[in-house]
Amino acid sequence: MLKLSLGPVLWFWSRQTVFDFYANAAEWPVDTVYLGETVCARRRELKLADWLEIAGVLKDAGKQVVLSTQTLIESEADLRLLRRICSQQDYLIEANDQSALQLASNNNLPFVTGPGLNIYNVATLKVLAKRGLKGWSLPVELGRETLIELIAELKAEGLDLPAEVFAWGFLPLAWSSRCFTARYYNLPKDNCEFRCLQHPDGLELRSREAQELFRLNGTSTLSGARYDLLRELPDMVAMGVDTVRLSPEHQGMAEVVQRFDQVRRGEIPYSDPLTVREAPPCNGYWYGQPGMDQRA
Amino acid sequence: MELVCPAGSLPALKAAVDNGANAVYLGFKDSTNARQFKGLNFNDKRAAEGIEYAHKNGARVFCAINTFPQPQGWKTWTAAVDRAATLGIDAMILADMGLLDYAASRYPQIDRHLSVQGSATSYEALRFYKDNFGIRRAVLPRVLSLDQIRGLAKHSPVELEVFAFGSLCIMAEGRCYLSSYITDESPNTRGACSPAKAVRWQETSQGLESRLNGILIDRYGKGESAGYPTLCKGRFEVEGSVYHAIEEPVSLNTIDLLPQLQELGISAVKIEGRQRSPAYIADVARTWRQALDRLENSAAEFAVDPAWNATLAGLSEGGLTTIGAYHRKWK
Repeated sequence: MLKLSLGPVLWFWSRQTVFDFYANAAEWPVDTVYLGETVCARRRELKLADWLEIAGVLKDAGKQVVLSTQTLIESEADLRLLRRICSQQDYLIEANDQSALQLASNNNLPFVTGPGLNIYNVATLKVLAKRGLKGWSLPVELGRETLIELIAELKAEGLDLPAEVFAWGFLPLAWSSRCFTARYYNLPKDNCEFRCLQHPDGLELRSREAQELFRLNGTSTLSGARYDLLRELPDMVAMGVDTVRLSPEHQGMAEVVQRFDQVRRGEIPYSDPLTVREAPPCNGYWYGQPGMDQRA
Repeated sequence: MELVCPAGSLPALKAAVDNGANAVYLGFKDSTNARQFKGLNFNDKRAAEGIEYAHKNGARVFCAINTFPQPQGWKTWTAAVDRAATLGIDAMILADMGLLDYAASRYPQIDRHLSVQGSATSYEALRFYKDNFGIRRAVLPRVLSLDQIRGLAKHSPVELEVFAFGSLCIMAEGRCYLSSYITDESPNTRGACSPAKAVRWQETSQGLESRLNGILIDRYGKGESAGYPTLCKGRFEVEGSVYHAIEEPVSLNTIDLLPQLQELGISAVKIEGRQRSPAYIADVARTWRQALDRLENSAAEFAVDPAWNATLAGLSEGGLTTIGAYHRKWK
């Protein structure tokens, strides 16, 4: 059966909120859970030991746990944390940049890649397979047609590398060393007062015609519309997609998981609309169109 | 330090070489490089002429093949690597891991440089590219501060090239999908950011409006100078405030930092702008040549000639320049 994964929390939530979120997630019908801070090194509500504690709870609940690494590695401190993540032996690593690829593969740790790592062709997958790649995520800007070809080529090469598709949530579109939340508050990044905590689902950026374009989330920029591929699940199963990723939000997530679970089991028609919190939907990338587009 | 200049056309290449570039970089007339502009770039015949001209004048030529091929385009991209090799290019600037692997196995004797699109922001990432693909040099993203570059340079297994002047990307290059979210093209897929085909200008009662695929990027009042609607440099609304919510339209200029870059062991400074005119390239190359020559003569006594900054500011977006992330406060 198609697997469901819970992506890493891209937002900055308080320590208690994170613990509560995963206590609930342990009960949800997801197969895989990605854990860790992937956006900003200044977000330290949870230490690695805290993440490992959550990992243990989720593992006991039968989930596959994957430790996600920071997407933009900039400092020696970032590398120190990365080395610690890549020196444990209990969990798979989600490598989100080439530093993580290097450290995981040199330690002979199996790894998967996240959607921010550029995998656009099978030649790239073959290079990584030799270094210990166990699965990969389709970059968010790629769609159905490219994925069909990638899966077909993998099969032709006799490579068993399960593909994961980001299927629900605000799309992570860009990373910077600059902080756009601090910029909004006219604060220097190094003294940001952790304002991201006040925006558990980001700051909405609109055009001057009130069109929701992006969500500012500290140093990362996400889509203003919510990507939703729920209705594509039967097609993805037919294509041979292994896992679909749902990106955590702090409200309504249990319903989202439940709906995806029902659709993957064929219990309800996939055309049944999913109504959670207010945000325009989008699915353009899947069809090779501008990402913000919504094909009816 | 080597001066690496952009060449979007044969006249631009000659202007760069004539005005002191140690190396020029160019791309083919298709999506295989990150500056896919109409009327820009080289076919094989022009590239051969350019390479001959550069070599005759003691300059090297690099070929950028730095977008990310998908299965349907794979053969076009490997053909670009083959063409560059046949033409006698001095180095290939690559980003995609699959293509790096192809170039390393087919043409091990031709230098490989990691493009800025390869997003290497740590020495561990540089080691990855060195160990796997034998890169000789890497171009660093414009998001790193001078302190971060210092840390990276100390342990770098390869030569480093940094951006010195031109447009400023404030997102980690190679991993920015903002353009394909609004239009159907991104730097990674098509070598285009905020592509010209999606741009519309409209004079309205509220002012001059710039749009990208219908989205209002900016609106200019009387007396305001209008810039190209690169989507991260527009004015947007966040919680009721309208401002340059991501970045102001400014250019990068690091001429003041040259002594520090040299001290860190940086091998080359790179000028952005293959889309620029030969006259622009000539002015920028000449100015940077003078600065590098003065640095060469005496690093201790290096001082920026005010005329250099006047020239460079005149050539910059909005007449404004910044040293960008090289200065920690920028963040």
